[in-house]
Amino acid sequence: MAESTQQSTPKTPSEAQQPPPQSGLAIGPATRSRRTSVWGRFRHHKVALIGLTILAILTIAALGASWIGQDPLKTNISAYRKPPSAAHILGTDSSGRDVFSRLIHAGRVSLSVGLVAVAIYTTIGVVLGALAGFYGGWVDSLIMRLADIVLAFPTLILIITIVSILGPSIYNVMLVIGLLGWPSIARIVRGLFLTLREREFILAGRTIGAPNSRLIFRHILPNALAPVIVAATFGMAGAILLEAGLSFLGLGVQPPTPSWGNMLTDAQSLTVLESMPWLWIPPGIAIALAVLAINFIGDGLRDALDPYLLR
Amino acid sequence: MGQYLLRRLLISIPVLLGITIGTFGIINLAPGDPVAAMISPEAAASLGPDWVKQQREALGLNKPLPVRYALWLKEVAQGNLGFSLKDRQPINQKVLERIGPTLKLMSTALIISLVLAIPLGILSAIKQYSLIDYLATIAGFAAISIPSFFLGLAAIYVFSLKLGWLPSSGMNTVGGTASLLDSSKHLILPAVVLGLAEAAPLIRYTRSSMLEVIRQDYVNTARAKGLAERTVIWRHALRNALIPLITIVALNLPRLLGGAVIIEAIFAWPGMGTLAITAVQGRDYPVIMAINLITAVLILLSNLLADLCYAIVDPRIKYS
Repeated sequence: MAESTQQSTPKTPSEAQQPPPQSGLAIGPATRSRRTSVWGRFRHHKVALIGLTILAILTIAALGASWIGQDPLKTNISAYRKPPSAAHILGTDSSGRDVFSRLIHAGRVSLSVGLVAVAIYTTIGVVLGALAGFYGGWVDSLIMRLADIVLAFPTLILIITIVSILGPSIYNVMLVIGLLGWPSIARIVRGLFLTLREREFILAGRTIGAPNSRLIFRHILPNALAPVIVAATFGMAGAILLEAGLSFLGLGVQPPTPSWGNMLTDAQSLTVLESMPWLWIPPGIAIALAVLAINFIGDGLRDALDPYLLR
Repeated sequence: MGQYLLRRLLISIPVLLGITIGTFGIINLAPGDPVAAMISPEAAASLGPDWVKQQREALGLNKPLPVRYALWLKEVAQGNLGFSLKDRQPINQKVLERIGPTLKLMSTALIISLVLAIPLGILSAIKQYSLIDYLATIAGFAAISIPSFFLGLAAIYVFSLKLGWLPSSGMNTVGGTASLLDSSKHLILPAVVLGLAEAAPLIRYTRSSMLEVIRQDYVNTARAKGLAERTVIWRHALRNALIPLITIVALNLPRLLGGAVIIEAIFAWPGMGTLAITAVQGRDYPVIMAINLITAVLILLSNLLADLCYAIVDPRIKYS
């Protein structure tokens, strides 16, 4: 049934909920009033606001890491695995480095890996999905079978394989997550294009001889963006989790560069796990908070964009 | 139905070929020459470049890539996955040893997640916007947001190290006699942690599927003819609400397997995941590729199976 559900082409693009059809050909990017109304609804979504606040705090801490914390790479053998104290509020790690400073610097790494990876795969997914949905025929079959192939591999196993060949590094992690995440986005975009391309305003566009590229990017894509934004938001949460998992296994961001995932690697030793909770609980909570915050925002965006989601 | 099955199988062929091409392509992206990987640099120097060349010819490495792909595919089709670079053991044997534990872990986790998710999902649907709905939603969000390895470590910390109730690693007590009780004890922590992560999306899907079904006319009919609410929900609505779950479970299998890799690493579970990680760390490419190939094919098959179950369970679905 994979056929019917996954590729579920939007069934009821309920006309009533559509943005008002502005004068024929001018349906373009979001208008100001649409943007304010989305924000208006988002603002009333309490959970989403909590998420936004948490993410803002984490982002500010990450951006200001150099000013707030100490040098995350400075080792100090005499301060080996010291519990939290006034000098080191979250204690020190196995190289005597300040855990708090590493934590906020790791935020930079983890959040940017998530952001870049999702930016890469959203771009690929939108372009491939648009091509498949707009042109149909063999282009569609080719792209969708390619998506099936990528989806058939368990992402994590494929990623550790490619990372092991390219060598683990922060850029390779971004790249690999980015190159493998596109099928879900492509499926959403394709489904939307399949229905949108049949609408009157596209016919009108064709009638006046608008080139396909203009139809795709100026007329259809803006109307298909809402679900993509929602999927990309949830995707960022997933990418952060994936990066954390890879770094935890030693296949992602390499020490001494801190990432939330690799800060937990030490806890695989039972001694650290049992008697040095300050080494592994803070980064674990940081990941959970960041991912939870982004998921909350995604939930809020989904509700706020609901009228524009062709579900 | 027969026609649908045939068409579905035919679609799987290009995907399957694509998987093998992808797999083979990635092996060949791997740096380093396989011959160089087999012997030490000193040995290679003393044996001379001619010997290396001979070995390459003997192994067929001098043939063009498409020919090598065809030869490799022929072997794979006959069930020969090749040999490990590390210990020269046949990969088939390694995989056979490891696949059982992984399937055991995954199926237990899946059962746990279904047992948790279905009742919770139904409860939140029939009591929409109630406290329990609210709590289930929060729990679902927490379960997808907490990284499984962190949850796993926390579980070891609490249940193995602090309370001492359950073992923290392995499938059996080393040196102990293998008993059902012992292996069940070892299974609990990893399976529950993996199952919790899997339950989160299932709760959401059960809830929305149930919400859709209880608004259907036939549910109203059942109520109208005076059936008890319990009968309406459990006998009439539930059956149809569960159908979409077949797909969700099938589509989530790759994710479950990915989760199993991390859980196996934490709990030293001797399955495919730890095999993959050891292979990756030792750059044992033939083993890595075999794992990719096998898991991809298994996932493809299970998706196919899910599609078929779907058609059997729901007679309304007509495949053309």
